[in-house]
Amino acid sequence: MDWYASLSIIAVGALVAASAGMVGCFLVLRRLALLGDAISHAVLPGIALAFLLTGSRGTLIMVLGAGALGILTTFLVQSLQRAGVQEDAGIGVSFTALFAIGVVLVSLFAGKVDLDLDCVLYGEIAYTPWDTLVVGGINLGPESVWIMGGIFLLVVAVIGAFYKELKICAFDPAMAAAVGINVALVHYLLMGLVSVTTVGAFESVGAILVVAMMIVPAATAYLLTERLGTMLVLAAAQGVVSAVLGYFVARHFDSSIAAAMTTVSGALFTLAFLFAPRTGVVARALAHRGLRQESARGLRV
Amino acid sequence: MDLSWLSVADANTRWVLTGASLLGLSSGVLGSFALLRRRSLMGDALAHAALPGVCIAFLLTGTKNLGLFLVGAAVAGLLGTMAISAITRYSKIKEDSALGLVLTVFFGIGIMLLTVIQRMPGGNQSGLDKFLFGQAAALVGSDVQLMTAIAAGLCLAVFLLFKEFKLLAFDPGFGAGLGLPMGILDLLLNLLILLAVVIGLQSVGVVLMAAMLITPAVAARYWTDRLATMTVLAGLFGAASGALGTLLSQLGPRMPTGPLIVLAATMVFLVSLFFAPRRGLVARLVRFLRLKRQVARETALRAVYELAEGAGDPGAAIGLEELRRRRGITGGGALEALARAGALSPAAPGAWRLTAAGLAEAHRLVREQRLWEVFLMHEGELGGAAVDRDGALVPAALRADLERLLRLHGLEPALSPRSATHTARGEGA
Repeated sequence: MDWYASLSIIAVGALVAASAGMVGCFLVLRRLALLGDAISHAVLPGIALAFLLTGSRGTLIMVLGAGALGILTTFLVQSLQRAGVQEDAGIGVSFTALFAIGVVLVSLFAGKVDLDLDCVLYGEIAYTPWDTLVVGGINLGPESVWIMGGIFLLVVAVIGAFYKELKICAFDPAMAAAVGINVALVHYLLMGLVSVTTVGAFESVGAILVVAMMIVPAATAYLLTERLGTMLVLAAAQGVVSAVLGYFVARHFDSSIAAAMTTVSGALFTLAFLFAPRTGVVARALAHRGLRQESARGLRV
Repeated sequence: MDLSWLSVADANTRWVLTGASLLGLSSGVLGSFALLRRRSLMGDALAHAALPGVCIAFLLTGTKNLGLFLVGAAVAGLLGTMAISAITRYSKIKEDSALGLVLTVFFGIGIMLLTVIQRMPGGNQSGLDKFLFGQAAALVGSDVQLMTAIAAGLCLAVFLLFKEFKLLAFDPGFGAGLGLPMGILDLLLNLLILLAVVIGLQSVGVVLMAAMLITPAVAARYWTDRLATMTVLAGLFGAASGALGTLLSQLGPRMPTGPLIVLAATMVFLVSLFFAPRRGLVARLVRFLRLKRQVARETALRAVYELAEGAGDPGAAIGLEELRRRRGITGGGALEALARAGALSPAAPGAWRLTAAGLAEAHRLVREQRLWEVFLMHEGELGGAAVDRDGALVPAALRADLERLLRLHGLEPALSPRSATHTARGEGA
């Protein structure tokens, strides 16, 4: 039974990390990392309200609630900006307020719904194997694997369908507008993907750590390549490796699995930051030294 | 419900309230500078980064001591700041991603350590989890004394270096030109912000501490354009939010204080956003409506004048139907307002004529309008590049030329007021 539990936890973690990693690539490229952070916090009241209203983890309602809140956050930030609040402060004011409302809701009704502050913070991925999906009396395995698998496919499908649009908007929004792409629509599409991924990942890794899975693998991949397609694959791969290694690290230290995944992911980023070919700190220091020696030789001759 | 906490005479309540107000005060003051330096979200990263520091301090000493926790938090926050600048400096990663990276990875390490501690024997009593969402009630006298000392130090530092920080916030280049060490000042400001974050950890918690740096400062920005006033106001708003949120949290048994303090600050922000004089949304709406009404009245008065001008009779009765058909003016609101102001008098049901005062005012308005039109016609020759277009003011230096051109075009308003212009001016519209 142990291998079954391990496998389902690793599968959910890997699916979360791969979906979030791919969505995160666009956030990192469009310099929206902090808006992603804000949205993943701000969906909490939506999730909490959906829990309260339905009394269950009806996933569709959760997705709707969180999606609405995600769009609301994007809208609030833009309205505050129009009302004369600078962007970083607008993000800060709106997501902290919404997250605070979410935490208050969760604490007020903690007894009534199966939801607590620990879950908000770092999820309950350890319980994954025992929440199974049963259809027509047949046990189909852990429900989270199915949900996250669905979200992963959705992310892949949306990125595949709108690859060109997302790519142009990521690198040159002005040109995207000039060639007739609805830049605002693509923006909201991306924010919608962020919200959906957050909801799916919420139960497994929590509202706060999901953003780690969005930023860290994407930033690692960004250091290693200059091609968007490669970056997407690398980010997903970094996420999957973090999920697998993180699981065993957590087992070893008896700690939160989601937090261990984040930590491993951070370590992988550090490795890339230091040792990436050509762009890493070490490679650049070596190149710099080589250049200096060469010019010194040149001077002697 | 137990209401004994309301008694301020209770020593514990006094400590808790003092602590919460102090954290609001210092984070509001420092937040003003963070806001102007566009560094609001740096506070978020620093607060999250503090968590592993607190956990390591506990792991090393095995005791729960706020002073040690604060040292741990400060060291971790400092490491976080250094990591952010190293990442932006030595790689192509932009500042927002670097902030997000440091925030989430440090927080992940912190949560990992926290869960390890909680599963250790006796670790559950460490109270470390209270640092996540804050628990002001856990503050004791010695904690508050420490916080008072830090808060006083922060306020004193801001007071003494106010001029330098002001330069840093508005024009660092100019400050460098004056020979001030802007790099060191910037580092110092970061350090002070870090200390303000550290003070708030116990009451607000690491997750929402950023709001205490941002929200009171943004709220204060609505009430004033002066940095000194803004700093003081932000401090007051922060202190009030801290106290209010703590009081609210006493209403429920399981409520963490952090979110309530943040919501109290958000209320202050919303009130400022809507009701601040001049910059508030209500004040702006009122100003907009007033301007719209004034423009509508002036347009209507000019229309009546020009129709009377067409009839060649300053006393001609102008009907609403004619105004609508020929000048596109619908609705009698502006006309009735003009009648109340004494610029028009009713000639027949649904028809108006100019009074003496109205004629003078209308003459002036029409003349200004036509001078402007003439100016636009001859802008190229007259060199009007420097004119404020939205203000629609005829440039004073060109007035004589324009008046000559006005006569040349035969656009001089035909109905000149019979009474002296200066007695009527300003009475109309």
